[in-house]
Amino acid sequence: MIVRLPAAEYDKLLAHAERGLPNEVCGLIAGDVRGDIKVVRRVYPLSNPDASPVHFSVDPQEQLAAVRDMRKNGFTPLGNFHSHPNTPARPSPEDIRLAYDPQASYLILSLAGQPALKAFHIERSRVTEESLEIV
Amino acid sequence: MKIIVGGKFKDYPEGLRLSALIKQENVETPEYVTVALNDDFAEARTFDEIVLKEGDNVEFLYFMGGGGE
Repeated sequence: MIVRLPAAEYDKLLAHAERGLPNEVCGLIAGDVRGDIKVVRRVYPLSNPDASPVHFSVDPQEQLAAVRDMRKNGFTPLGNFHSHPNTPARPSPEDIRLAYDPQASYLILSLAGQPALKAFHIERSRVTEESLEIV
Repeated sequence: MKIIVGGKFKDYPEGLRLSALIKQENVETPEYVTVALNDDFAEARTFDEIVLKEGDNVEFLYFMGGGGE
């Protein structure tokens, strides 16, 4: 699977992560699936109720509002993202343990050094990196 | 009766309980799914008590969490 992310939506994601420092931030991505390409059309920045530099969770109320907005706009839920302020862009053991949606792409933005964004498929604790294109 | 599940209208028999809908919809890892019924969130312990009615709007939301450590 390829995740194609417009540069403007990447900028939105990055700005959300930088504003949230020193804590992790999170959010959802939505758009279209075209063959084996997930085309992101909107990034939904959400708050992190954990307010922690090493943990995040998604507020179900905000999650529901985002899902409803996706429906209204005809978007397909594609996955989610979170930031790692101090660690690399790869799933931590906790990320893997808490990845319950096999349909989702899991995007991780590392802010340890130059920002680095990667996408992963996680299913039954097996992690596969997905191709990510910022266009 | 018609109910909305994940944004789609679906036909189910009258008297369907939320717990039965979760099974019918083949929700994966339901223990980690939050269920929104109309504008409220249903607690897992009540799934077997809630009888769905015409026009109900059900969303299944996967828990999302994790962290860098």
